[in-house]
Amino acid sequence: MSYTSFRTFQLHSFLLKRRNGFFYSTTTKATTQSQTQTKLSASTQSKKLDKIPKDYEPVIGIETHVQLSTLTKAFCNCPYNYGSFPNTSICPVCMGLPGALPVLNSKVIEFAVKLGLALNCKLAFNSKFDRKQYFYPDLPKGYQISQFDVPIADSGYLDVDIPLEFGGGHKRFGITRVHMEEDAGKLLHTETGNYSQVDLNRAGVPLLEIVSEPDMRNGIEAAEYAAELQRLVRYLGVSNGNMQEGSLRCDVNVSVRPIGQSKFGTKVEIKNLNSFASMSRAIDFEISRQVLLHSQGQEDQIVQETRLWEEGTQRTITMRKKEGLADYRYFPEPDLPSVILCQEYVDGIQNSLPELPEEKRRRYEKMGLGMQDVLFLANDKNIAEFFDATLAKGADAKLVANWIMSDIAAFMKNEKLTINDIKLTPEELSELIASIKGGIISGKIGKEILFELLAKGGSVKEIIEKKDLVQIADPVEIEKMVDKVIAENPKQVEQFRGGKTKLQGFFAGQVMKVSKGKANPGLLNKILLEKLNSKS
Amino acid sequence: MKMLSTLQTPRSTLSRFSLPSTFTSHSHSPTLPQPSLTTPTSPPQSQILSIRHSLLTRNLSAVDLARSYLTRLRLTEPHLRSFLHLPDDQTILSRAHEIDRRIAAGEDPGPLAGVLVAVKDNICTADMPSTGGSRILEGYRPPFDATAVKRVKELGGIVVGKTNMDEFGMGSTTEASAFQVTANPWDVSRVPGGSSGGSAAAVSARQCVVSLGSDTGGSVRQPASFCGVVGLKPTYGRVSRFGLMAYASSLDAIGCFGSSVADTGILLHAIAGHDRFDATSSKQEVPNFLSHFDLVSSLESKPLKGLRVGLIRETIEDGVDAGVVSAIRAAASHFEELGCSVNEVSLPSFSLGLPAYYILALSESSSNLSRYDGIRYGNQVYADELDSLYGDSRSKGLGSEVKMRILMGTYALSAGYYDAYYKRAQQVRTIIKNSFKEALDQNDILISPAAPSAAYKIGEKKKDPLAMYAGDIMTVNVNLAGLPALVLPCGFIESGPAGLPVGLQLIGAAFDEGELLRVGHIFEQTLENGRFVPPIVADSVE
Repeated sequence: MSYTSFRTFQLHSFLLKRRNGFFYSTTTKATTQSQTQTKLSASTQSKKLDKIPKDYEPVIGIETHVQLSTLTKAFCNCPYNYGSFPNTSICPVCMGLPGALPVLNSKVIEFAVKLGLALNCKLAFNSKFDRKQYFYPDLPKGYQISQFDVPIADSGYLDVDIPLEFGGGHKRFGITRVHMEEDAGKLLHTETGNYSQVDLNRAGVPLLEIVSEPDMRNGIEAAEYAAELQRLVRYLGVSNGNMQEGSLRCDVNVSVRPIGQSKFGTKVEIKNLNSFASMSRAIDFEISRQVLLHSQGQEDQIVQETRLWEEGTQRTITMRKKEGLADYRYFPEPDLPSVILCQEYVDGIQNSLPELPEEKRRRYEKMGLGMQDVLFLANDKNIAEFFDATLAKGADAKLVANWIMSDIAAFMKNEKLTINDIKLTPEELSELIASIKGGIISGKIGKEILFELLAKGGSVKEIIEKKDLVQIADPVEIEKMVDKVIAENPKQVEQFRGGKTKLQGFFAGQVMKVSKGKANPGLLNKILLEKLNSKS
Repeated sequence: MKMLSTLQTPRSTLSRFSLPSTFTSHSHSPTLPQPSLTTPTSPPQSQILSIRHSLLTRNLSAVDLARSYLTRLRLTEPHLRSFLHLPDDQTILSRAHEIDRRIAAGEDPGPLAGVLVAVKDNICTADMPSTGGSRILEGYRPPFDATAVKRVKELGGIVVGKTNMDEFGMGSTTEASAFQVTANPWDVSRVPGGSSGGSAAAVSARQCVVSLGSDTGGSVRQPASFCGVVGLKPTYGRVSRFGLMAYASSLDAIGCFGSSVADTGILLHAIAGHDRFDATSSKQEVPNFLSHFDLVSSLESKPLKGLRVGLIRETIEDGVDAGVVSAIRAAASHFEELGCSVNEVSLPSFSLGLPAYYILALSESSSNLSRYDGIRYGNQVYADELDSLYGDSRSKGLGSEVKMRILMGTYALSAGYYDAYYKRAQQVRTIIKNSFKEALDQNDILISPAAPSAAYKIGEKKKDPLAMYAGDIMTVNVNLAGLPALVLPCGFIESGPAGLPVGLQLIGAAFDEGELLRVGHIFEQTLENGRFVPPIVADSVE
């Protein structure tokens, strides 16, 4: 982790020279995190939670920045592609050249309204943009176009199901506000630290900032809130929600207060949270740190500051202390007209909203699926879509869920594929399940077919036909095979009839082998027993 | 050619300027003795229409035309210093040559073909530096043309150069330019007004045909008044601000200068209209402003019969130069002669305009000028620390007037002061808007002086910014209300070698520039001694 600490040092030394402003640690990509959500280890987590004395209550609020996946930036026609060569996607507007003016991309409003509705917010039908002013080299105009006193949406909530391994249960977290703003560029620091360079590709990319109520009480709740927000933006198609690329960034405010005290403790902001796992760990570390200070009577050591999560050492360190409240001198953005929504527009968006994760979970629950299945299926939009498409072909929900959660999930894990990469289609999975249910093939053959479908694709019917896999359910044919096996194994027959009935399994295996696995197992065993017992 | 047919045929408008004789007809009436003018007194004519007529009838080539202007420009420029940047003659002549080629090929060269247009230096031009009169942008070349410039070029206009101005538009004399002081063509010891002083002086001295300026609180109208030219500040949103370096975004407007009302209207028509690069530009239809121009033969016909003209009482009270007041009263009488009913109207909120304007304009400017930080473009002062890089680049690159305004604007927007200053000023702005609306419900147009005095001496108010700010009293209200206003010379006060021109301001309802131009045109065409040509042009040529 020397790389990480080096980077931290770099940013740190640079930041010491600044008075105010925002900073996101996105200058280099964290390479230690995998793309998918890291599963938290329940055991280590609960251990940490146990350390928190019962007489303190942690209070956590989260500010999330979601980068919108619009084709072009918020106020100009530049496209944004993560990882492009620096300063290749810029124009006079997003560079803040003299005389250039912002023109709002209407998709930004659409996405904001979508998320506002999905978060059960009250929409502001008459809102506006404001300028938030501070100097920083990644901010070309010297101000960020944002929304100040009239956010486009406020007073909503987000419903979350806590996974069983963390205690389970349903939680509702309040949403204070959702507002639109533009992203800043990035600073690239040289290895020697002699100078820094500015990449403005990201400048002007639209963001939604979602501010939660201080409703979370531990790292897990905070991480689950953020994960649900990620699902939501992915379900809505407003963002790819990718934390490693910085498309979803969470700044967490943590404070601790003695139980029973209504006043909040001094809050500390934590940045540099590149995954839900680190978010959870960072919060729990910070809670422990603050509780320790409280319990030692040193709560005055908790100061309002921004702390950085160090992945390497697994702790938070001071990034900068707040020198009083920054004065951003907000005032209404005179270059942009106010944002007026009309009811038809909002209704149109409301009616076009897809089924949201929470609705999906409740629906799956009603189908009789267990919470573990429900979460597995609904957590990933693509898996949910695959599941729903399979159901639409008439398959039984529980059977489909079993197939997806066992063999299909295992295959994806082994092959490091997503559900969109596998060759199996929902139609064929439904067909496969129907074929087994209808007795055309055995469950064992079904599994073989499944793996072929997963890897190579094709149709269930074709594979059955080509490989002659139709189940043998003709008693006469099975009887012939049973007779053959009995005739070829006289010793074992004698032993069986002598009381070693365990040998039934051996005979069944032999018959199955003869049938090349196609014999109907029920019928096979029935006939076999008849034959073995009849001669005694 | 519809525009031409509704107007008088071109007359001797450029005869003093040694243009090819084929262009002039020497049919003007003899010079009248009063005032101390030595120039012909026939009414001003549209130079643009004359040029178009001459080019299309092959009486004049664009190259010859350009040469004659360039000759005068080279002669006058050392005295006036209107321009911050002038391309070499060859650049301009080759553009003119291209127009001649198109005419010869039978193509329509465009309504502004061969028209030399000067452009204020805060309006971006891709092929010329654009500094906004600031050291911090010294040598800066934008990668794009402002929409207004683009349209001028597309219609055949030739950009003759970039004109001097108060740094980023912050001033009323052009003395706050980081580079040079421009002189008033009527008296080179006096200021041309500002902030578009270079553009006004250039038209006044016929260094160009028309010019573009910008008007945030009077920066087109006051220099038009000081230099004796026509200046038009359009309705907010009528002309795209894309490419105009922002001073105060909610007040800024690109405006036009011409030596006749018609030219100003033609230039406005060329640059007006919605622009998808400016979200505040209006989708309001742009009429052909000249189609309503009447052929004016005499006062007897009472061409403005029934027009209700309101003279704003607060603009002719104490503190306004007596000579200016009498010129405006004479103009009011002239309107009556033309058939108008003239009444004094009171705008009780008028005096609130100045403080409200300065709070809003400076607040916005403190934000708009943040981008001049030395990071991406412009002058950067090397420093070890980021704060020093900002501080040094800005303190070295920006002039004292600009710094003072940024400080005041920053203060007004600061936490704890916002409500007392910015918010209150916005409330005053609404009151002003409403009082203008009321006055314009009862009157078709409102009139006032464009400035409380004629041009004053260079240096006279430099040490007294409050006195200079007070000079903006006549114009700032119009920006706060977002209305269009036309300033045209209406008389003289006795001062300087040849008298100093006084401008009359006509204020109209939003998007009613057509009416202002129609009324202004009739006023101009019927005004006795209505031609305003400064002596320097006569002195420097011939």
